[in-house]
Amino acid sequence: MKFTLSWLKDHLETDASLETIVETLTMVGLEVEGVVDPAAALAPFAVARIVEAVPHPDADKLRLCKVEALVEGKLQTLQVVCGAPNARTGLLGIFAPSGATIPSNGMVLKPTKIRGVESNGMMCSERELELSDEHNGIIELEGEFAVGTPAADALGHNDPVIEIAITPNRPDCLGVYGVARDLAAAGLGTLKTRPALKLSDAFKSPVGIELNFAAGTESACPVFAGRMVKGVKNGPSPKWLRERLTAIGLRPINALVDVTNYISYDQGRPLHVYDAAKLSGNLKARLGKGETFLALDGKEYTADDTMTVIADDACVLGFGGIMGGEESGSTETTVDVFIESAYFDPNRTAATGRKTGIISDARYRFERGIDPASTLEGADRAAAMIMELCGGTVSERVVAGAVPDTREVISFDPARVAKLTGLTLGRDEIQTILSKLGFEVVEASNGLLSVTAPTWRPDIFGSADLVEEVVRIHGLHEVTSTPLPKSAAVASPVLSIGQKRLRTVRRSLAARGFVEAVTWSFIPQTHAALFGGENEVAPLALANPISTDMSHMRPSILPGLVAAAGRNMAKGARDIMLFEAGQHYDGDQPGDQALVAVGIRQGTAGVTGSGRHWQGGAKPVDVFDVKADAVTVLAGLGVKVENLQIAADAPGWYHPGRSGVLRMGPKNVLARFGELHPSVLNALDVAGPIVAFEVLLDAVPTPKAKATKSKPALTIPDLQPVRRDFAFIVAKNMNADVLIRAAAGADKKLIVDVTLFDRFEGGSLGADEKSLAIEVTLQPTEKTLTDDELEAVSTKIVAMVTKATGGRLRG
Amino acid sequence: MTDLQALETETLKAIEEATTEKTLEDVRVAALGKKGNISELMKGLGKMSPEERKEMGPALNGLKDRVGDAVASRKAALYEAALTERLATERVDVSLPVRPTPLEAGRIHPLSQVMDEITTIFCDLGFAVEEGPDIESDFYNFEALNFPEGHPAREMHDTFYFNERADGTRPLLRTHTSPVQVRTMEKGKPPFRFIAPGRTFRCDSDQTHTPQFHQVEGLVVDKDTHMGHLKWALEEFLRAFFETEGVEIRFRPSFFPFTEPSMEADVRCARLGNEIRIGEGDDWLEILGCGMVHPNVLKSAGIDPEVYQGFAFGVGIDRLAMLKYGIPDLRAFFETDLRWLRHYGFSALDVPTLAGGLSS
Repeated sequence: MKFTLSWLKDHLETDASLETIVETLTMVGLEVEGVVDPAAALAPFAVARIVEAVPHPDADKLRLCKVEALVEGKLQTLQVVCGAPNARTGLLGIFAPSGATIPSNGMVLKPTKIRGVESNGMMCSERELELSDEHNGIIELEGEFAVGTPAADALGHNDPVIEIAITPNRPDCLGVYGVARDLAAAGLGTLKTRPALKLSDAFKSPVGIELNFAAGTESACPVFAGRMVKGVKNGPSPKWLRERLTAIGLRPINALVDVTNYISYDQGRPLHVYDAAKLSGNLKARLGKGETFLALDGKEYTADDTMTVIADDACVLGFGGIMGGEESGSTETTVDVFIESAYFDPNRTAATGRKTGIISDARYRFERGIDPASTLEGADRAAAMIMELCGGTVSERVVAGAVPDTREVISFDPARVAKLTGLTLGRDEIQTILSKLGFEVVEASNGLLSVTAPTWRPDIFGSADLVEEVVRIHGLHEVTSTPLPKSAAVASPVLSIGQKRLRTVRRSLAARGFVEAVTWSFIPQTHAALFGGENEVAPLALANPISTDMSHMRPSILPGLVAAAGRNMAKGARDIMLFEAGQHYDGDQPGDQALVAVGIRQGTAGVTGSGRHWQGGAKPVDVFDVKADAVTVLAGLGVKVENLQIAADAPGWYHPGRSGVLRMGPKNVLARFGELHPSVLNALDVAGPIVAFEVLLDAVPTPKAKATKSKPALTIPDLQPVRRDFAFIVAKNMNADVLIRAAAGADKKLIVDVTLFDRFEGGSLGADEKSLAIEVTLQPTEKTLTDDELEAVSTKIVAMVTKATGGRLRG
Repeated sequence: MTDLQALETETLKAIEEATTEKTLEDVRVAALGKKGNISELMKGLGKMSPEERKEMGPALNGLKDRVGDAVASRKAALYEAALTERLATERVDVSLPVRPTPLEAGRIHPLSQVMDEITTIFCDLGFAVEEGPDIESDFYNFEALNFPEGHPAREMHDTFYFNERADGTRPLLRTHTSPVQVRTMEKGKPPFRFIAPGRTFRCDSDQTHTPQFHQVEGLVVDKDTHMGHLKWALEEFLRAFFETEGVEIRFRPSFFPFTEPSMEADVRCARLGNEIRIGEGDDWLEILGCGMVHPNVLKSAGIDPEVYQGFAFGVGIDRLAMLKYGIPDLRAFFETDLRWLRHYGFSALDVPTLAGGLSS
């Protein structure tokens, strides 16, 4: 919403400076978004007089002028060469002295010689000062101005334009008058009373108004008023009106249209005018019946049965409260004009606006809720202004329906102000502020105030709204900081188990050398399908994505990380380690979100280092790097990793032979890891190999609350541990895990550790065989093991392993 | 006796002249070994008369001790010399680079770091941490927060929608963290004091807006919680967060459907070129939206607005991170450029604490 300072002062009697007005607007909730002072751009320029103009001795088209100007505070006569045909003795114009910058071309003036003659400064055209496109000659001021008068004053370009942001709850401030009312209430001056309109009705309107709504839909347009003005002479509006409209960014059209736009911005009262000659029969407000019409924006629209239209006997003329029709609008030749002033339902207007996509000043106001009480006056105001600008005689006022009374009456306890804000205001001040804003305040018998909201405030429903009105006008800056009561001297832990896990996971991965990424929650459909299946990801599609690259919610964080790795590789990065701990989506419902920690390693970014090094270069990453990552993350979360099962059934985006999952029990998968499938990388257009892990944080069971913080007692054995090595020949496809578990299970009391330290294939072994060597640590607790006891344990280990693996002890 | 002296002189000379442990050992064996000349002389003591023995005994023992000491001392000197020589050959170039440590390479994203900082501060102020889903229903994102159907305020939210489901509902991506207000209040009983950090989405993308961003919601509901408490909580939070004294908040009236009165909070700042310093200067920076919880929101959550009241606020986490750490571009947060992440990210060990300071 824009207006000029002088426009505001039409309604507000005030001595306040522009700065104070701007500050106050913001502090009462009408946030100033910008102030443009046209005088600022014209500051270097001032009025000057050509005291003598003679032809240039060496150029036919140039004139040699003696210009009287005020330069650096001194009245001087300067020699100026001027090319304008209207440069003549006695002309009063606008002078740009040396040193000034010409707005239109950015040229900085300096003393110069033109065709051998000295020239100091320049007499300006309107185009050079960016006032208009006029460039046929220099500016000729009408009237008398002292030499040195600032150009802004002489040209009348000294009216600052203020732009404010109006929140959706304040339709009353979509008119300058409403803004003035808020400022007056805030103590910035006096709201001027609007002069009463005296219209002498000359005739009965030949056009009548009907409200044709079926029962239940009457609220679409409860009241519709109109007047006809006959014998108008339409044409351009007067200069002051055109200037005001231009200043706020509107294009002047003709006097009749300009009047409706002006009242819309001045009073927040949208209107429409029809060329009465183009109407057939009465005007009817009703719902659409599927008719098509050409609107003022030059586009065709179809009015369905939820949309309010204005129609005559012949056709639909326009959408009520949104946009009129091309056919019935006023033109330069309009002689008889019919003024529409109505109230249209905000919700229906908003819905029609959304459906049609029409954006207009009328829609903007009606959907926020205009003052229904302005309906009758609106027709009068427009008629009076039209007659003032275009002449003519006015009809009586025709009205259909009745102005709805939308006012809320609130039983208000003034103590609510202190209770809600901590500010102690007197009952008097509360009453005064509300009254100044147009609320009717009366003392009720129960000690409360009975407050009636003004008709122009559709946003007022209850006590909290009144408190807001009081404190925003009183001044929110007076709210005093008050400490919250402290519930406990020492703060208690607040994080949920999931939040704690996220923190731990992030720090443990960063400590392993991973860089944390935060990628988009949306990914392209093709990426989503690779990690979730074509059909499965269909519900993850957004109906209104920002682009096709962001069309689906991610069913996995992996594609985002892999794509990011690809982008970084394209910029020269290598041996990339990225992780993200966050959400992925299994469906389109609130419960379909899961928390995961996902990481990738690329190139040679292995667990023991990356890249080339004088102590030995790193190998390409492999599945065991990410298995280690997954195990580390889970261990960090308190999972007993040695109890997990390992299976080679990772999802399809992994390499089928170089991937696995970590499970707790037969079903609960806690993590997946492995080399990414070559065809997935190919589809993502990223060069491999890339290995990845995904820890499904929600699958990790919540640890049981412990009764005590005390740790179990520690028994430290006095006896030395004994270590024995064994090598077994097993089938090549036998999982090492089976062998280790079998060995460890041989004597759960005595065996404290089994470490696999060698793996060998080939040599004298069969093609389907491999050798696995383990070191078993035995920890006696009561007495040193005898040779016989050691032999017995060894035999048991061999027996258990051979039974579990079908292998044999390597001789 | 002179023989003994000659023997001593000769043996000690041989010891002195031994240059290797081997030759030294040979000398020792020749003198003190089982068949060494001194040992042989010692053996002869038994055959001597008591008088002779009385004289020769101490002389021989003395000789044995002196030779033994000389051997030990020479042995130590030889070891010392050999070690010095060996060490001299074992010199390496310690300026050779070691492998980079993972701890040095790893980074925490500024968003995670700032979320940890925010949580740490609010924990001390007695706030719990709550969460809600990214995918929301119309009810929690709008209706329960007093956005009537068709209200222009809804359009300001640029909502991402999913396709309509068979049951006619249309899930959406939450446009703010405020749905967590109602979700949390529904499942508990007042008083409430919590924050709700999380990811939010709006269908908007330009230089200063990204379609996903992060907010932290704050809510306090009790019987007497008023605007002064809100101002205090925000000032305390910002003071602690920006690690500066003298943070001052200014309220301006604004509009949010779920608060009444609604305010924007500005924080006092100084603008020095591109840098913004909180807690000094004469300028104001709009930093967050807040207000007193609208009675209709309390009602939506099943709480009696005649008895309970409170405040709510929402602040952009990305924005806080940008302001505190001088990060110029919001879009870069989500672009995963390793150079950016290494520059603006944090070490794994930079864990924000109140005792040790939020940032190092």
